[in-house]
Amino acid sequence: MILVIQEEYVPLHKIVQRRLVQMGFFDKLKKGLEKTRQGITEKIDQILVSFGKIDEELFEELEEALIASDVGVDTTLRIIDDIKNKVKERKLTSPKDVKELLKEELAKILSSGDSRLHLETTPSVIIVVGVNGVGKTTSIGKIAYNLKKNGKKVLLAAGDTFRAAAIDQLEVWAKRAGVDLIKHAEGSDPAAVVYDAIQAAKSRKVDVLICDTAGRLHTKKNLMEELKKINRIIDRELPNASKETLLVLDATTGQNALSQAKVFREATNVTGIVLTKLDGTAKGGIILAIKSEQDIPVKLIGVGEQIDDLQEFNSREFVEALFSEE
Amino acid sequence: MALFEGLASKLQETIKKMRSKGRVTEKDVKEMMREIRLALLEADVNYKVVKDFVSRISERAVGQEVLESLTPGQQVVKIVYEELIELLGKVPSKVTFAPTPPSIYMLVGLQGAGKTTFAGKLGNYLRKQGKNPLLVACDVYRPAAIKQLQIVGSQLNIPVFTIEGVNKPVQIALEAIMFAKNKQHDVVIIDTAGRLHINEELMEELINIKNAVKPHEILLVVDAMTGQDAVNVADSFNQKLGIDGVVLTKLDGDTRGGAALSVKSVTGKPIKFAGVGEKLNDLEPFYPDRMASRILGMGDVLTLIEKAQEAFDEKKALEMERKLRSQQFTLEDFLEQMQELKKMGPLDQLIEMLPGVSSKLKGNIKVDESKLRKMEAIIRSMTIKERMDPSIINASRRKRIAAGSGTTIQDVNRLLKDFEEMKKMIKAFESMGKHGKKHLGKLKIPF
Repeated sequence: MILVIQEEYVPLHKIVQRRLVQMGFFDKLKKGLEKTRQGITEKIDQILVSFGKIDEELFEELEEALIASDVGVDTTLRIIDDIKNKVKERKLTSPKDVKELLKEELAKILSSGDSRLHLETTPSVIIVVGVNGVGKTTSIGKIAYNLKKNGKKVLLAAGDTFRAAAIDQLEVWAKRAGVDLIKHAEGSDPAAVVYDAIQAAKSRKVDVLICDTAGRLHTKKNLMEELKKINRIIDRELPNASKETLLVLDATTGQNALSQAKVFREATNVTGIVLTKLDGTAKGGIILAIKSEQDIPVKLIGVGEQIDDLQEFNSREFVEALFSEE
Repeated sequence: MALFEGLASKLQETIKKMRSKGRVTEKDVKEMMREIRLALLEADVNYKVVKDFVSRISERAVGQEVLESLTPGQQVVKIVYEELIELLGKVPSKVTFAPTPPSIYMLVGLQGAGKTTFAGKLGNYLRKQGKNPLLVACDVYRPAAIKQLQIVGSQLNIPVFTIEGVNKPVQIALEAIMFAKNKQHDVVIIDTAGRLHINEELMEELINIKNAVKPHEILLVVDAMTGQDAVNVADSFNQKLGIDGVVLTKLDGDTRGGAALSVKSVTGKPIKFAGVGEKLNDLEPFYPDRMASRILGMGDVLTLIEKAQEAFDEKKALEMERKLRSQQFTLEDFLEQMQELKKMGPLDQLIEMLPGVSSKLKGNIKVDESKLRKMEAIIRSMTIKERMDPSIINASRRKRIAAGSGTTIQDVNRLLKDFEEMKKMIKAFESMGKHGKKHLGKLKIPF
């Protein structure tokens, strides 16, 4: 994400980072992820303390801890295999070293790929997609708020014309964030809403247009076709615009999130993931599976219910927060 | 409904390996238990639940009944099937009613589980049983949540109670009960705000609502796609509120739905309903035995039959059959038949329920409902005369029909051709019945 300030390009994430430090962001992130950390690391710490040496039983317990965090069977087995090999290679003997290895391994999986939002053109477009109930509309409200705060002119397109009162819900968020909204009546063609929003974005000189879409189970073929139609309109009307398609995933979701990522990716060019509801007890380990099997970077994470509780994802900080000693 | 599909095919695969063998050794059993364990974990069944389940099965599998059986593979299938039913609950559990009305149902759960949609579905379901439900909007937090329930209510023509400008759920709930008593509503469904099970303050609020209105049943609404955390969520809600039943939503996706097993085994509370779609009548009671059949790939014939009975008018069906047999089947009838079919729900759901169709094949069948809609539009753009006798449809009529239905002349041609093919097919079936087996040629179903 790049922001133009006095004709000089300053990466937005740098500005955001500075601001966030002032705001005590990292405390917040840590706090938000506390439950997650308790989930994975406390368990692993327990395991490591209870073992005097590295043996097969230790690996089995680690495997269980990862699976219990929704990392998934395949990814877990791969991680454990890698660690086993490295233990052999480096001739490690202390269970403590295993923790460092695990940290290394998780960071490696999460760090590849570009986790920044690319919104270089005016207007740029963000399309937000996902299954029902993951928090798409709420995430849009928060993204809009963040962008507005950083001086961007934002316009929302109420593309969920299906679910009862979805438009009203987005309207409330638009007011909270202080941004404009383009809407049609419930039941109208979402592609037409997006078309109108694009025209409005052009004439109002909007920096970022964010399009909401109806929640759809990825198995519904016609709804996935509808997404393609929306994409065609954007590509036709704004052929050179930066476009982010963000797939919103609920951290509580299990292995089905993999299937969601796969099918949404087939229908649209998913550029990043927004992982919501990390403030619960869900471990969010599914992002490891998605990253290693689908290679879609996580770009934003939701760690609370407040409007400023959506954070840019930083893999190192994420893993550090997971393994923080406090 | 792709529920447990993945698990079913995995187990089938494993067992196929065994079926080829005459005898099962203890090593075979161990290998199979590992496969079952991994499959269940991948299906998001909680790892502790999996451990228990697998140890129960393996205990029975290494016992005499399998080792000495002539058909050990089938024995293991039987054991898995039985244990699955055992775990899911032996008997179907139905929603119960309070001895003195109104029966109050309180819906609780995490954000985005599908409480509001389920509230509408439950209202609709109970009204079909002759009840007079009232929906109560107590979600004062999520923007437009109350409006959502109001819209759902107006779609179903079920009244929705809320108090404008009041953001105290306990007060809304209490006044709703008074309202219900005055207006002779015998069922009250309270929709509460989604919340995290670790949010003490909001959990306290639920306890206050519970103490104030004394609900007949508290139903925990759980997203079927939930992962390992399902046990924590269900356990917390149950510990704090004492839930009476569970509702699984979003089962129409391709989730393996292991959360069902987890939630049932950690709370011991019955799963009462399954939400299987976005239409307000897409609600099924939860049948443990049918679910277990589905897990093992036996199909869900009973549900299919029930759906058909609900949607089809028997007289109409008989009339249709007579027409089919006497070759008087017209496009008008075809249109009517499509309407009946639509009442049964999305076609892909129906296909999922068919027995004897392998899960792999099911995955490949994609029913394009928009095609059906297109066909419907074309037929509707025809005059009654044209529908009764398609042979009169000449070029200029075709042009008019295409314009009227927003399709192309090619689409109209295709439909007419497909319809002719179908009639031929019916004829072929007929003569097959009369003259024994005959070569049928290439049969084509028009969609």
